[in-house]
Amino acid sequence: MVVTESTVEAGLGGTHRLTTARAMVEAIEIEMRRDASVFYLGEDVGAYGGIFGSTTGLLDEFGPERVIDTPISETAFIGLAIGAAVEGMRPIAELMFADFMGVCLDQIYNHMAKIHYESGGHVKVPMVLTTAVGGGYSDGAQHSQCLWGTFAHLPGMKVVVPSTPADAKGLMASAIQDDNPVIYMFHKGVMGLAWMAKNSRAIDLVPEGLYTVPIGKAKVIRQGSDVSVVTIGLSVHHVLDVAENLAGNVDVEVIDLRSLVPLDREAILASVSKTGRLVVVDEDYLSFGLSGEVSATVTDVDPTMLKMPVKRVANPDTPVPYSRPLEYAILPRQDRIEAAIREVASA
Amino acid sequence: MTTTAPDRQQVGLDDEARLGLYATMVLARRFEEAILAEYHADKGPGFDIGKGLVPGEMHLAAGQEPVAAGVCAHLRSDDAITATHRPHHFAIAHGVDLGRMAAEIFGRETGLGHGRGGHMHLFDPETHFSCSGIVTEGYPAALGQAFAFVRHGTDRIAVAVTGDGGANQGAFHESLNLAACWKLPVVFVIEDNDWAISVPRSASTAVSSNATRARAYDMPGVRVEDNDVEAVYLAASEAVARARAGDGPSLIEVHTLRLWGHFEGDAQGYRPELAEVVGHDPIPSYETKLRSDGILDDSRRDKIYQQAGERIEQAIAFAKSSPLPDPSTARSYIFA
Repeated sequence: MVVTESTVEAGLGGTHRLTTARAMVEAIEIEMRRDASVFYLGEDVGAYGGIFGSTTGLLDEFGPERVIDTPISETAFIGLAIGAAVEGMRPIAELMFADFMGVCLDQIYNHMAKIHYESGGHVKVPMVLTTAVGGGYSDGAQHSQCLWGTFAHLPGMKVVVPSTPADAKGLMASAIQDDNPVIYMFHKGVMGLAWMAKNSRAIDLVPEGLYTVPIGKAKVIRQGSDVSVVTIGLSVHHVLDVAENLAGNVDVEVIDLRSLVPLDREAILASVSKTGRLVVVDEDYLSFGLSGEVSATVTDVDPTMLKMPVKRVANPDTPVPYSRPLEYAILPRQDRIEAAIREVASA
Repeated sequence: MTTTAPDRQQVGLDDEARLGLYATMVLARRFEEAILAEYHADKGPGFDIGKGLVPGEMHLAAGQEPVAAGVCAHLRSDDAITATHRPHHFAIAHGVDLGRMAAEIFGRETGLGHGRGGHMHLFDPETHFSCSGIVTEGYPAALGQAFAFVRHGTDRIAVAVTGDGGANQGAFHESLNLAACWKLPVVFVIEDNDWAISVPRSASTAVSSNATRARAYDMPGVRVEDNDVEAVYLAASEAVARARAGDGPSLIEVHTLRLWGHFEGDAQGYRPELAEVVGHDPIPSYETKLRSDGILDDSRRDKIYQQAGERIEQAIAFAKSSPLPDPSTARSYIFA
């Protein structure tokens, strides 16, 4: 990716090449230097540096008072973050895997997300909940889910999903600065980890210094005229791979939503009004989720915009299997994405 | 915690403080009696929970006032409380504005949450009071408030309240462990009213005293029997002082009494001791004690009741005369 004016949304100065994980950490470092009320807590976020590299190096600079290892007590420490946020701090709490939400969801959706509303706006909960999502590396049904549709379904929290190093940095800075609870879901496959297959864009140019990306703005990551592909997370890269492959045959426009809440419906409508064809690629479960929401965004406004029915490429409502051929069969990988694009483009 | 009784004068339990405990309990009871009357005034014919000026579930704390009065007597308005689905007595004892609380209970725009919260979801930033409708899920937030108070370099503390049923929740054990591990200035309070809705404590709880559970987390734990407001006061005195001094959390379980149902409309058919309950009302018994100690007489009692009555009357009038929220604003305050 070439960093152009439009991608450097609030940065100053030069760029440097970082992995997504490192870019995320850089944003946290900058905010922690700027704001003494920011602290990070979670399991293995200290000396380990985060299982997926989300806090690497933070302990060295900020010490154990601000980079805090917790007991395996997600209800207690996420609730602690909520209480600290209510009292004016800006905590970042890490839920190691989104799959673990089952042990602490009450704190997330009944407290973190609702306190501002229930208090009639009198209490703010400015916190970030970071969490790792996604599969593709045989981690089985309890460590491979995306679940962003579940969080996005529950009102009161923003849900961001960066796919590139620059967005990982810019969205993290915005999340920390936001006065609302923000769930920051990083796909393990985009982090650029040394011990997991990397996509080719997991190391890329990132603006130096203070840099924010507004939450709620999708990004046209590839311009095209034939088919709009709306996606998020690691799937962005699978779609870009396919789009590059199909170049010359099908001109694919790729929209990286970057957040589910707020959902940039205008960006979806603008693209589909141009192409008339829509494919939604979502690694989360098919039914009752993001792909249906994106489709409804178009049909609610003007179904005649569509020259072909929408195709949805998602997890077919299946627990993520362990064995590689089974997992690959249910993930929205390049083969399924390409077939969907070709089908939609065929008429 | 030490078994030697602290000196009553030394911890401030003088005549004035004792009258204060009584007045707080009276205020809480009179408020809830007023809410009770308003709640049932227009639920008929029969009982329709969604009808009337005060719709929805209503969990009243009559009988449990000694817990709130005894604990909150030691708090400042900059200390935090996270209370339960049965929150009014703690809110009142901690000084939450009666009018704005009543208005919230009546679902009015002038309420603490502009009518978005209701009686189980009261938030008052001025007194750092909040409550939650989910059992024991207020405990974790108290840890965070305590954490922030320490980080801000203050001696402020947080009080977290749950019931005996709530002590069997995961959030209870996670919170005690984390607070002890990090030595947070928290006072954990358990209101043991013998009943988890309809399930007796004997059928749900493996230990006879939850104070023993405190020991599992290496923190002081005491159980106060007899629903005695002064015993609560003395126990809380020690726990609050310990938290304020930076010595970490404590647990206080009070064997209290739920005079009325779990919620209004609860016929309590499961409760064999119901006929005797009224005889254990802690307010008349404390009144008798104060009278026999020569602290309370008819004129003082009447004054306390009159002042409580006036405040409650004003609060209810404020609530009733306040506008309902504009339906077009239902989506306000989802995000800051």
